[in-house]
Amino acid sequence: MNGGRLLTFARRHSAFAMFAVVALGAPIFLNNAYYLSVLAFTATRLMISLGLNLLMGQAGQISLGHAAFVGIGAYGSAIMTTRWHMDPWLAMALAACIAAFAAVIIGIPTLKLKGHYLALATLGVGEIVFILLVQTKSLTNGTDGLTGIPALAVGGLRFTQYNPRAFHLLVWGVALVMLLISLNLSDSRVGRSLKGLHRSEVAARSLGVDTAFHKVQIFVVSAVFASIAGSFYAYYVQYISPDSFTLTFSVLLVTGVVIGGLGSVWGAVWGTLLVALLPEYLRQYDDYTNLVFGILVIVIMIFLPTGMIGVPALLGKWRRGISGGGRPSSGAAMTEGTGTADGGTV
Amino acid sequence: MPILRVESVSKRFGGLEALRDVTFSLYEGQIKALIGPNGAGKTTLFNLVSAIEAPTEGSIVFAGKEITGMTSDRACRVGIGRTFQHSKLFDDMSVLDNVKVGRHAKSNAGLLAAFFTTPRHRREEQAITEASIRALRRVGIEEHAAAQAGSLPLGERHLLEIARALATEPRVLLLDEPAAGLNNEETDRLADSVRRIRDEGITVLLVEHDMGFVMNISDEVVVLDYGRKIAEGPPLMIQNDEEVIRAYLGADL
Repeated sequence: MNGGRLLTFARRHSAFAMFAVVALGAPIFLNNAYYLSVLAFTATRLMISLGLNLLMGQAGQISLGHAAFVGIGAYGSAIMTTRWHMDPWLAMALAACIAAFAAVIIGIPTLKLKGHYLALATLGVGEIVFILLVQTKSLTNGTDGLTGIPALAVGGLRFTQYNPRAFHLLVWGVALVMLLISLNLSDSRVGRSLKGLHRSEVAARSLGVDTAFHKVQIFVVSAVFASIAGSFYAYYVQYISPDSFTLTFSVLLVTGVVIGGLGSVWGAVWGTLLVALLPEYLRQYDDYTNLVFGILVIVIMIFLPTGMIGVPALLGKWRRGISGGGRPSSGAAMTEGTGTADGGTV
Repeated sequence: MPILRVESVSKRFGGLEALRDVTFSLYEGQIKALIGPNGAGKTTLFNLVSAIEAPTEGSIVFAGKEITGMTSDRACRVGIGRTFQHSKLFDDMSVLDNVKVGRHAKSNAGLLAAFFTTPRHRREEQAITEASIRALRRVGIEEHAAAQAGSLPLGERHLLEIARALATEPRVLLLDEPAAGLNNEETDRLADSVRRIRDEGITVLLVEHDMGFVMNISDEVVVLDYGRKIAEGPPLMIQNDEEVIRAYLGADL
């Protein structure tokens, strides 16, 4: 009975199951503490990207200020634990509530805007939060940042940099749960309505979808994902400063999601892995790291306008090109084979 | 009592008067057509009835409820369904998924239920699928359920728009130029579908330029010209109305 259900799950989510095994099992083969910390950061980045992917890919709204919500999570947790000696888990939950509340307040007026205007409004919000982090010194300690943030712990098990395997399992576990529920959303009533309003808001409304509500709702989800990621970050490095929550970071987050591909939740995964891991690999080029990274991003967007989830379709096109025939074998079917397609392209 | 009452409605866009003092009623079980030359204000009137825009003056009452001031999603939920002149299908979604969006207001699984695919959510998804397939069957395109909406030929696109609106279980269905661009065969198929929809108890208001289609299918016709109503009555009467002939139809209909 139980085994049967597990089997159904594995069949429906085979790509997810494979990814989960690899992600959770990685520490078995990695002894290097540095690599493990890179992977831990990647998990927090994935949490943010998943929220942004839901907001941008499913609902078609943009946020160029998402670093603000990461900042709320990080600073919320840091302030509540260091200044008010709150339990780290509770602080994380409260910070997520604050981020959700902020998203409602910000989302109601800004999500009425479209395209460039929404981008600019969210960018402004990101800047405002950044300025607040720098200026409200009594709470945030300004540009000096906050130190002495406690680590997360369950009983005697402490999730710190000195116990990287435990932390790895914790953050990747949470990131995988977020991935799974994001995948679930795309094939549901709310998910379909978000896709619909992305394509035509007028049509979606004429079909009874309260588009204003659903846009704010998914904005709140993305803010909560970002806030939780921020809290994990703060508890891991145990020191935070406003430098980590700049406009550049917001742009990098959006870049990752777009490179991965907005047409599918999996785009958030591939994009995050690329944007988080590639700069590590490129470190060998020293000063040229950013240059090489920038060029790679441009090349990817030229050849893969739908992002990395478009790779199977592109390969299919090439293969057809080589075999010389114009076979109508569809790229969509091939994408499905790798489990990366759960919806159309944007 | 009419199911829909448009009462002294005017709509101005800046200095442009799109509709001036238009009044008419729609009775349950009717097929009523709205005709008039381009720019007569037909689509504007549709947008007012489906609450996409609000009239400058006047009121629109549907089943005893004032539409003016509602949002268009609310108008859908009280029972006004519509299609669009320029197709607003979700082209890269499947035919079935297009219709499923139409079930939004008739189901209520929220975000958390979707996240955790609760058993209730799964049952509701099942019900949504069944209702959507029924809606497709009502216009006879259920065999295309799995196809991409964008891949359908024009005639079936129009039928899909209708199926999607039917999925919302409207009491009044507004069809904006459903026969535009269709060949004779497709137009006949459309006429059959519209009649069947009416026979199932849905009141139909349509905008159409295809006069053969309008005169063949409608119980009553309202004629607009430069935002004013210039005639209203059964098709035969409209065809012989001098002002209508002068304003719009030409001498030899």
